[in-house]
Amino acid sequence: MVMETITSIKPLLAVLVSLLVVPLLISSKTPNIREAWTFVAAAAKFLIVLSMLPTVLKGTEIVYTVAEFLPGAAIKFRVDAFGMLFALVSSSLWIITSAYSIGYMRSLKEHSQTRYFCFFALALSATIGVAFSANLLTLYLFYEMLSLATYPLVTHHQDPEARKSGRKYLLYIVGTSIAFVLPAMLISYNLAGTLEFAKQGFLAGTASKPLIVLLLILFVFGFAKVAIMPFHSWLPAAMVAPTPVSALLHAVAVVKVGAFSVLRIITGVFGTDLLLNLHLGTLVCYAAAFTVIVASLIALTQDELKRRLAFSTIGQLSYIVLGIALLSPKGMIGGMTHIAMHAFGKITLFFCAGAIAVATGKKYVSQMVGIGKRMPVTMAAFFIGSLSVIGLPPTGGFFSKWYLVLGTLQADQMPMLIVLLGSSLLNAAYFFPIVYKAFFCTPEESMFENTVREAPLWCVVPLVVTAVGSIALFFYPTVFLNLAELAIGK
Amino acid sequence: MSQQYPALLVVVPLLSALVICGAGWVNKRLCFPIAVAGLGVAAYSCIGLLLRVLDEGVIVYKLGGWDPPMGIAYYVDHLNGLVLVVVSVVALLNLIASKKSIDQEFPDKIGPFYTLYVLMVTGLLGIVVTGDAFNLYVLLEIAALTGYGLLAMGEDRAPLAALNYLYMGTIGACFYLLGVGYLYIITGSLNMVDIARILPPLYQSKAVLGAFMICMVGVWLKMAFFPLHAWLPNAYTYAPSAASSLIAPLVTKVMIYVMIRLILTVFTPEFAFNILAVSEPIVWLAVIAIVMGAILALGERNLKKMLTYIIVAEVGYMVGGAWLGNRAGMTGAILHIVNDALMTLCLFLVVGNIVHKVKGYAFEDLKGLFRKMPFTMGAFVVGALSIIGVPPTCGFFSKWYLISGAIQAGHYAFMVALLFSSLVNVVLFFRIIEIAFFEPFTDHHAHGHDHQPEPINEAPLTMVVPLLIVAAGLVLVGIYTGDIVTHIIRFAIPVSIV
Repeated sequence: MVMETITSIKPLLAVLVSLLVVPLLISSKTPNIREAWTFVAAAAKFLIVLSMLPTVLKGTEIVYTVAEFLPGAAIKFRVDAFGMLFALVSSSLWIITSAYSIGYMRSLKEHSQTRYFCFFALALSATIGVAFSANLLTLYLFYEMLSLATYPLVTHHQDPEARKSGRKYLLYIVGTSIAFVLPAMLISYNLAGTLEFAKQGFLAGTASKPLIVLLLILFVFGFAKVAIMPFHSWLPAAMVAPTPVSALLHAVAVVKVGAFSVLRIITGVFGTDLLLNLHLGTLVCYAAAFTVIVASLIALTQDELKRRLAFSTIGQLSYIVLGIALLSPKGMIGGMTHIAMHAFGKITLFFCAGAIAVATGKKYVSQMVGIGKRMPVTMAAFFIGSLSVIGLPPTGGFFSKWYLVLGTLQADQMPMLIVLLGSSLLNAAYFFPIVYKAFFCTPEESMFENTVREAPLWCVVPLVVTAVGSIALFFYPTVFLNLAELAIGK
Repeated sequence: MSQQYPALLVVVPLLSALVICGAGWVNKRLCFPIAVAGLGVAAYSCIGLLLRVLDEGVIVYKLGGWDPPMGIAYYVDHLNGLVLVVVSVVALLNLIASKKSIDQEFPDKIGPFYTLYVLMVTGLLGIVVTGDAFNLYVLLEIAALTGYGLLAMGEDRAPLAALNYLYMGTIGACFYLLGVGYLYIITGSLNMVDIARILPPLYQSKAVLGAFMICMVGVWLKMAFFPLHAWLPNAYTYAPSAASSLIAPLVTKVMIYVMIRLILTVFTPEFAFNILAVSEPIVWLAVIAIVMGAILALGERNLKKMLTYIIVAEVGYMVGGAWLGNRAGMTGAILHIVNDALMTLCLFLVVGNIVHKVKGYAFEDLKGLFRKMPFTMGAFVVGALSIIGVPPTCGFFSKWYLISGAIQAGHYAFMVALLFSSLVNVVLFFRIIEIAFFEPFTDHHAHGHDHQPEPINEAPLTMVVPLLIVAAGLVLVGIYTGDIVTHIIRFAIPVSIV
């Protein structure tokens, strides 16, 4: 099937809009004007992305070349179904997170809010840049930009702890991308003479099996944002950031850029046929499966809510990788839709964690007994978010898990099926006790008074929206499913 | 007029240096405008010349109308056309950016400083434009002697460091002269093209081999190629800001150019890479230079000195790239001349701004700088990213070619050294960014408004604007690398190198 392509500057605009708003953010006279600009940028970004959706759904790809550096290695955008799926998720959630940021940052009277909003905008530029990359070079460019743009966000508090976490963050993320991805990319370029993502990859037939294995390992572990063990510990460390950062970046944008990159590598660089022929999918599967199980087990032991969520994210990211590495169509659809489904679920959970911190100052699960009576809306949203992450109806998470399970059957990978089911139980085991203790406890156990006092509206409304979004995705998953099906060429 | 560009770009600065010397006696304030005018004309001629070369190909200019090999001829091709633009533009930008710091650091020596400055640029431009091996030596000494003078005008330890450099630099120049002497004895000519024409039948001769290696060692000493680097860190560190931000970006890069010119034009790539069979050990030396430069830089707690060790590592990049003996490596080396000149200029200008405001460049002096000097530190981050090699800054693209060259040549140690140095650079620069961003820590956790922000205290506009131009240049050069390579560098490398 020959893909129809059209040239349009829209992908570049989608990337640039949040970059160009930065000077406006800096020069804004009052915080309200500044936040207004953030919303303008976020809305513009979402609308530009959305305006490309009908074209992409028709099976047409949108390309735009900024500058050609070498033949086959340009700074170039290409909007395809998979990129569109990811861009839709991140740009829509940015709007909601911006609202949440206002509630969170102002309630806690955080310092340097202008810097915070600027780098948030930069991070979103980089995220969309990754989503729309047409080749490995462009992807690498925006991947690095994202790592650097999020550094000031992770270290926002500027205290010794933030410094330590920031170090870890850079060491893992930038270190692996320079040490692993860069040489792998250059070797690939010298083998194939191109870096352009292709339907069945560009490495087939250019290298011996050991070299392919080496490259695969370098790429999969090199994109450390996907947090496959042992390159995962930056993610819990990054939880020192303000909660909106953890919510959008470390549950959606940054980490999924990692997952997205690995998917692109597997489909666009190696190609599923090549990996099937060499039986290399299983290799990645086992690395991911190991991470799924171990991360879930560690999550059980974490008392700090955000760290528990972080380990849960590590596990969920590996679901995505696992789904793709199954190399079966159903598994791939599962992996891709999981990017969207998990995003809505997990961002809700982080919003809740932040709302609890804003309203009560509590950060530890053991301090949250009886909180359901004090913050019923927040905890109800928390319940919905956890349903989605576990993969239970009536939430969108159910669909991605369903497809993942079908994928294991299709690929005839029984061990992976067991991993998926087992880890779902573990997910339930680390989420349900929180919800249970929040609502069902004796008055003596309860740590809160019985009066309802929620976080400010700017915090509560966004988390309700994302929770409702999780449910809505159960009833209307078609957009994401269609995009995923298009992406794998069905 | 445009026919005379090759002469103008040397003669105008030379004459303006003399005028500045005189004007300094009359009125110190005249020096700066004359210097700007002189270097402005030079930069204009260089750019015009490069455009002409792109149009017409190689330009031969006979000085005074004398025919080579008796007279001196200037040859301008794509290689030195590009380097000329870099040298003249960097010198001009730095001149404008440094005015305030010159006024501040030595108000009573303004005349001599500008005279030496412009004379040094004359020397550097002459080295690049000349097609005569002996003339190159003369200009090398002009650039070097003025350089010693400029460097010695710095802090207390500067004269000693400059003296040390003078010894080493003189030895280097002597080596080069000795090599040229050998070549003259063998060929009876000093004109580069002429020598290249006569040499090929004599390639098996030990004297030719000796001449080549002696020249190389001389040039390596001048560019501070490890282990001949020991003079550089102190000389550059203790120099006045304005001098170090001229010399650090340009001198080592011009010497790299001389090395490449010797390989490509005076001798042939065939001779250097195949007949001599020394590429392998030289690339290994470059590997050691890169690794040692990185490690030595890690040991420094002083921004300016750390940068000087980074230069040592970067010299390793370029020497190694040139000696890989393939097109990608050579492209990387030539591209890195441009990129490294800009990156080094950017970072040394940052140091200049910091010194201007904070009066120091040790790590402790950098605390809280992101608040105090946001623009300077913004440029610092761009420069740092370029040195690390993060796209789309230009440093990434030259590194790309260098690593590609290493892969094609099967020289994986060089690739690993480049990656290692990138990783070390991440540590080096983020260590500084951390200090400038986090420290000083407040007593209580930094939540809330009780964080008392220090007022912005940025360097003057004349220092900041050129710096920001350079920083923007790092990104623009990076994005348009493709054009630079396909339109200029591709033609600078003979087709015999694949």
